Amino acid sequence: MKILNMVKAYFKRYGGILAALLILCIALSFVSPAFATQNNWINILRQISINALIAFGITQLIIVGGIDLSVGGVVAMSGCTSVVLINSGMPVAIAVILALLTGLLAGLINGFCVTVVKIVPFVVTLASFNIYSGLAYVVSNGSSVACKNIAFSKLGTGYIGAVPVPVIVMGVIMLLCWLIMNKTVLGQHIYATGGNERAAEYAGINTKKTRMFCYSLCGVLAAIAGVVLAAKMYSGQPTVGVGYEGDAIAASVLGGVSFEGGAGTIGGTLIGAIVIGVISNGLNLVGASYQTQLIAKGIIILIAVGIDTLKKEHVFNNLFGKVKNV
Amino acid sequence: MEYAVKMEHINKAFSKVEVLKDVSFCLKPGEVHALMGENGAGKSTLMKILSGIYSTDGGTIEFYGQKVSIKSVQDAMGLGIALIHQEICAVPEMTIAENIFLAHVPAKFGIVKKKEREERALQLMKEFDLNIDVNTKLKDLNIAQQQMVEIIKALSQDVKVIIMDEPTSSLTISEIENLFGHIRRLKEQGTSIIYISHRMEETFEICDRLTVLRDGHLAGTSEVKDIDEDGIIKLMVGRNLDESFNEKIRPQGKEAILEVKNLETDKVHNISFQLKKGEILGFAGLVGAGRTETMNAIVGIDKIKSGSILLNGKEIKNKNMRQAIDNGIVLVPEDRKECGLVLSNTVRFNMLLPQLEKYIRFLHVNVKAEQEMVEEYSHKLSIRMHGPDQKAENLSGGNQQKIVISKWLACKPDILILDEPTRGIDVAAKAEIYSLIHQITEEGISVIMISSDLPEVMRISTRLAVLYEGNLQSIIEMSDDVTQEQVMYYAMGGK
Repeated sequence: MKILNMVKAYFKRYGGILAALLILCIALSFVSPAFATQNNWINILRQISINALIAFGITQLIIVGGIDLSVGGVVAMSGCTSVVLINSGMPVAIAVILALLTGLLAGLINGFCVTVVKIVPFVVTLASFNIYSGLAYVVSNGSSVACKNIAFSKLGTGYIGAVPVPVIVMGVIMLLCWLIMNKTVLGQHIYATGGNERAAEYAGINTKKTRMFCYSLCGVLAAIAGVVLAAKMYSGQPTVGVGYEGDAIAASVLGGVSFEGGAGTIGGTLIGAIVIGVISNGLNLVGASYQTQLIAKGIIILIAVGIDTLKKEHVFNNLFGKVKNV
Repeated sequence: MEYAVKMEHINKAFSKVEVLKDVSFCLKPGEVHALMGENGAGKSTLMKILSGIYSTDGGTIEFYGQKVSIKSVQDAMGLGIALIHQEICAVPEMTIAENIFLAHVPAKFGIVKKKEREERALQLMKEFDLNIDVNTKLKDLNIAQQQMVEIIKALSQDVKVIIMDEPTSSLTISEIENLFGHIRRLKEQGTSIIYISHRMEETFEICDRLTVLRDGHLAGTSEVKDIDEDGIIKLMVGRNLDESFNEKIRPQGKEAILEVKNLETDKVHNISFQLKKGEILGFAGLVGAGRTETMNAIVGIDKIKSGSILLNGKEIKNKNMRQAIDNGIVLVPEDRKECGLVLSNTVRFNMLLPQLEKYIRFLHVNVKAEQEMVEEYSHKLSIRMHGPDQKAENLSGGNQQKIVISKWLACKPDILILDEPTRGIDVAAKAEIYSLIHQITEEGISVIMISSDLPEVMRISTRLAVLYEGNLQSIIEMSDDVTQEQVMYYAMGGK
């Protein structure tokens, strides 16, 4: 009974986006026989893993009432750092940890500017994107750095059983984020701070610390994405992160994260990331050009979020409410 | 004897405006102490200092004989001081249980114990006779229920001093009785309570001592049993009751100008009334009774499901504010900071906002006409400011309200709707607003005035409409003989 209720609640919450995903999948499996195969799905999951990792960080940051546009810069910076350090002869584990620390540092700087200096998050991270991108060029000396370390490249290309390593990383990080948001005091503080900062502050919650944590976590997750991406590409590339913030924000919003703060879930964001992945994958399969893909992606995001917003505004209830009552 | 709280020589200023001047306040252990004074007298500021939201500019605070420095909400909570806020201060997207334990989540190693939280919340809700699922989101509760959750939130912690800032403003009589029961029980346990309320009868019923503030000064402290209502008012306004109420004849209405027939929206039901030319039609009722919503429907902010609105006998349909303005109906909204003003811009900008097209033709700005208009109205309403280029946010509440009113008067309306025009402004400014309202009715403008301040709206109205839960209960022809009890009878749902 309890499980049934949970399933019901799940569909009530994500019904719209799940239905859209289902329709998309059914349509694509008719158009392309290659779509509904196990291989293709593993492929989709691997493709979305980078975006999902970033999006989990962005999700909890939007929930707490912030935003991070610098994640693309962090992705490039951490990727280049890990490859350059490994090429200099450092053990892979230590190089990866140091690369993740650059992400933590980036997040801390963003958080400091927002919570202490009190600059608007949009502006802080718009500016710091340039800084982190620039640092990626500095680290890589201006061009892409190839990495021949096989152990490292397994992080991006390897499999455990039938599952690609990036998908496993995504799964583990998702579980961690889900635990933080749903099971811990910290998660409660994040929802409270984003939902009504004044109420949270008056209740005695240290909202500065809470927001600082979210910025740091977002930085670290972007750095993890950067390392996995570098491993996948056998190289650190300073140009790689451009546009990643857009996809991550889109995944969050598709998954029901509210820009007003205080509402949204990690599970929803995963669905959002899958939707974006399926769109790209499907358009690839039918041979659509890159420019078509971009336009289609933008339109689909607008429609999906538009429907969700109208639903919240009860427009549909007013339109269809009477029919239902009959 | 030892005091629970001893605040001495407290000073506080906000951007050079002194809000508290050398105020001292003592609270005995286990007493209920009323803190009284008019809006803007400094009650809330004093309490926000005690609860760590504001810092003090000078003076000392002792807590059970120990000199303390309260720098943050956490500090205050550490001492055992909790504040129940006047405005509801909850997280709408979170559940009742989550809100009650917002900062004190039952947890082990940082992991929330959800079951325990729900059980404890349920227990507390039961104690207050509230039968609502504790997993309901706060945004799905009505105002009174939200306020009860706020109260429960403060009482859920182990506290020595509880500050209640107008806790009963939207509670029903039975909920108030219930709250008083809890206050008495807390008192027996030795908890001290500071009780801020505008309702005299509550002070006499529940409080042991009282302190009155006036214009940021300490006006006096007394045992409740040694003082009567007139004595308190005298302390509050610094003069006798009769003088404080600037008595005027109620303006009399002539023919009907506006007629609302069977108005039905999501929030209000079957509302019918007439507004007569030159009268002041008051709207009373509890918070959430549908007064603002009725006005929103008339000016086209809320959608009308059925019913009609007749202006001078002709049916009008306002689809938005612009059409209402064109029809000669203007609304001074409830929340002047949110809906009435662009705070970060100048007085001039704000005053001109509704009729820019009158002063700007293509690329030509008629600076002279602008200037004249701003001067005319700032003189007429005696707005005190450095000049029209001063930012609205730097003016006092009363002067801000005058700007909002003047920008709408400049549209030359036939009907002026005022929603809580005197909320949060001081006595002198209030008196000016009252005489302004009288003045404009003399010019033939009809006024609808919503107010939660019952004596105020009773004093000023020609007729008084009373709403309850979206229904119009009665329209009373006002005279000085009508009592508050009569009005409250309708406001509580009587018919």
